[in-house]
Amino acid sequence: MSMFFTIAVIVLVFLVIFQIAKASEYVSVLKGEEKSRAQANKLNGFFMIAFLVLGLIGVYWCNKLLFHKTLLAREASSIQGERVDSMLWVTLIITGVVFFLTQIALFAFAYKFQENPKRKAFYFPHNNTMELIWTVVPAITLTILVVIGLRNWFFFTSEAPQNALHIEVTGKQFGWIFRYPGHDNNFGKKYFRVIDAASNPLGLIWQDNAGLKLKDDPATHDDIVTEQTVYVVKNRPVQFIINSRDVIHDVGLPEFRMKMDAVPGTPTTMWFTPKFTTKEMKERTGNPDFQYEISCDQMCGNGHYSMKGVVEVVTQEEYDLWLAKQKPSYLSAFPPAEAKPAAAAAPAADSAKTAKATGAAATDKTKI
Amino acid sequence: MSNEAVLHGNVGVGHSHDAHADHGHGHHHETFITKYVFSQDHKMIGKQFLITGMVWAILGGLMSVLFRLQLGYPDSSFPWLEDILGKWAKGGHISAEAYYALVTTHGTVLVFFVLTAGLSGTFSNFLIPLQVGARDMASPLMNMLSYWFFFMASVVMLSSLFVETGPFSGGWTAYPPLSALGDASDGSKTGMDLWLVAMALFVVSQLLAGLNYIATILNMRTKGMSMTRLPLTIWALFFTAVLGVLSFPVLFSGFILLIFDRNFGTSFYLSDIFIASVGALPNEGGSAILYQHLFWFLGHPEVYIILLPAMGMASEIISTNARKPIFGYMAMVGSLFAIVVLGFLVWAHHMFVTGLNPFLGSIFVLMTLLIAVPSAIKVFNWLTTLWRGNIRFTPGMLFAIGFVSLFISGGLTGIWLGNSALDIHLHDTYFVIAHFHIVMGVASMFGMFAGVYHWFPKMYGRYMNHTLAYTHFWLTLIGAYLIFWPMHYEGLAGMPRRYYDYGNWESFKQFLELNRFISTVVIIVFCVQLLFLFNFFYSIFKGRKVTTLNPWGSNTLEWTTPIRPGHGNWPGEIPEVHRWAYDYGKDGQDFIPQTTPVGDNESHH
Repeated sequence: MSMFFTIAVIVLVFLVIFQIAKASEYVSVLKGEEKSRAQANKLNGFFMIAFLVLGLIGVYWCNKLLFHKTLLAREASSIQGERVDSMLWVTLIITGVVFFLTQIALFAFAYKFQENPKRKAFYFPHNNTMELIWTVVPAITLTILVVIGLRNWFFFTSEAPQNALHIEVTGKQFGWIFRYPGHDNNFGKKYFRVIDAASNPLGLIWQDNAGLKLKDDPATHDDIVTEQTVYVVKNRPVQFIINSRDVIHDVGLPEFRMKMDAVPGTPTTMWFTPKFTTKEMKERTGNPDFQYEISCDQMCGNGHYSMKGVVEVVTQEEYDLWLAKQKPSYLSAFPPAEAKPAAAAAPAADSAKTAKATGAAATDKTKI
Repeated sequence: MSNEAVLHGNVGVGHSHDAHADHGHGHHHETFITKYVFSQDHKMIGKQFLITGMVWAILGGLMSVLFRLQLGYPDSSFPWLEDILGKWAKGGHISAEAYYALVTTHGTVLVFFVLTAGLSGTFSNFLIPLQVGARDMASPLMNMLSYWFFFMASVVMLSSLFVETGPFSGGWTAYPPLSALGDASDGSKTGMDLWLVAMALFVVSQLLAGLNYIATILNMRTKGMSMTRLPLTIWALFFTAVLGVLSFPVLFSGFILLIFDRNFGTSFYLSDIFIASVGALPNEGGSAILYQHLFWFLGHPEVYIILLPAMGMASEIISTNARKPIFGYMAMVGSLFAIVVLGFLVWAHHMFVTGLNPFLGSIFVLMTLLIAVPSAIKVFNWLTTLWRGNIRFTPGMLFAIGFVSLFISGGLTGIWLGNSALDIHLHDTYFVIAHFHIVMGVASMFGMFAGVYHWFPKMYGRYMNHTLAYTHFWLTLIGAYLIFWPMHYEGLAGMPRRYYDYGNWESFKQFLELNRFISTVVIIVFCVQLLFLFNFFYSIFKGRKVTTLNPWGSNTLEWTTPIRPGHGNWPGEIPEVHRWAYDYGKDGQDFIPQTTPVGDNESHH
């Protein structure tokens, strides 16, 4: 019902505007075209300056209303983020000055130089000095921005420091999988054809597979695999090695001002140094529900909007404690032998899985 | 090919061209079909592009209203949505599939069908022969084919909305693997095949059109119309065509590889993929990033394909209505040229966070910020053109001024995004949405409106209603800023684009109220566009009649044709050109048309 009312109202408003418009056309014919044109010109000239003034007030008001909601309103949570923020401010000031000068000139000129029968337009086809100035000045300004930008860019994309924590991040429809290298500090090999969504979501090569010509990589045996939440350490650089299992995703970390795509088949990396623990951020923001959220920033399917992960920044002690409690996923898949029969049972269950995997590989081969 | 030969296809090319021949223009026997449907008259083809573009603009705009409803009112249900969309809006609530399909189709349609075909297709067709002084395009047949290929593309794209698995829903950029794998998303099934077919047809249309535009501008200028006497509209349309002809084939090749990956088991873009529902895929060794290079090699020039015609028309309209020559004509042409050249060298700035080699990235930063220089020159030149003018606020002029304002606002944020170190933070957030909608979407739309209002008298021999036009302009300008300005703030809060619902996100749910406000403005602005639509069609039949040849007091050649020019444009011989197009206010004269010979005492500039 409300739908019909809305449509009726819209139609009515249209009719009213149309009638006014039509009437104004008759009036202009009666008044004489020149005169009515002059009137319309005055009106639009006034609107130009009114738009400028109201627009500037609007810009101020919008900023007052929304600025505190942006990330610029509080300190960035990573060393890299600080540099992004300071660069944002420099860029904001430079573009802001240009914005106000040009917009004011545009609308003020439009108002000031509206048609006036007493004035003649000034014949001014070109002026080399002026054109040179506004080629060179923007070029210099932009060079400054490029220099600042590239210095930061090369810092962000440089090798991670020696003491960095290395964590592998894998995107999938629609969630995140994290892998820690374990005691050997070494990520074992993986292969996407041995992925098992439930027990081996990353396809770690932890047993021989004749069909796929894979050899068990012992380095996988202590790798720790978790989902949704990743633990990193305050003040310690962390490098993410980013993969995707299916389509392109993107690890978006707005609080750290970082972002990197997860591309199937092509690993990418990013590193940053967190500055505040999650707990500290809860106090700083006054929001007890605060989380460092990982948002997927690359369209990845219908669940894209729900692809959320969490970064938990903790102190080194808390991290060590947490890590000690984690069980390598190899041990979950192959529980350590407590008694002989159990040990025999586990591989048996597993060989079934292997058979399935090789079977799948075989069908894949026939497809090729 | 000579102008006469174009009109009379049976005249042999070897036939000596007689510029004075004025034989038999009245002898054409035109039926309804040849005049309105399979017309080879560039003016009619231009109108066909325009009206098809308008239909798509309404559809695409309506789609944005629907998905903005979801963003503004994620918890409300609208039973009438189920009436329209059926299973895509069960219980009056748009599903995620439908949301993404709407977003994707909105983007594809607006970028390609409205702002490429509808804008440059319309005005290239309509203005090139009229402003260079030609009877028609170099190849009217190819011109007609270009429209009909576009029409077929439209039909196929439209049909994709009705397939069972839905239209393509992976974003207008169609990145594989998502777009290659039907198992990853329902929208990537039949809908994607139709999307690709439609886009392939569209590329064919653009190539046919572009070659024709280039040939016409280079070969069919009337006597005296040297390249440096061309109006800036023509320069802009020329560069647009060059961009299209050089970059669309690359997009096409990207699509062909995608078709192969989808249907014939190749692995150009696919590697190491495990899909939860089907297991590991056989593909190995492909690169998903390859597609992005191919796509953006067109994708970036594409934004200039959209923007250049608007720039050209704004230049022309601003100069005409400020009653002043365009300031720095050669600089305007030079900056267009610089934009075209640099436009080909900046594509990877869309890919800073794909794991691109950082050194390569730095080159693209440099090129991208460099392109701001010619853009700045253009803005300053427009401002100087207004300075000390005698401005007439015709509806076309208002939209041209609005174009400049939006181009500044959106262009400046490009300096943020083009700097890779900032792009790491802002990439794929609402900041990007705000940036490209203002600078490419709305600004070009304003260019298009300016062109329609300005050349409507030439198209239909009638005026559009000015009161409606003024209302349309002011409400649209205010609305455009109200919609897109606050989005910068959302982007600075890191809010990602293409999210169906932000309810679960601690960082982003704070913007619900703002989203509701934006959605409300979107609905109002959409309704205001209906005002334009009504004005357009009403004025075709009932508008005030044009009684003078040159209603805006303009210098260019199209205003020397009869009020309603027939096929062939000039009943007599084509006028000769003696000067550039911008002698406004020279030596105390209000305007001196291009056809006026240079006087003995005329000053030099």
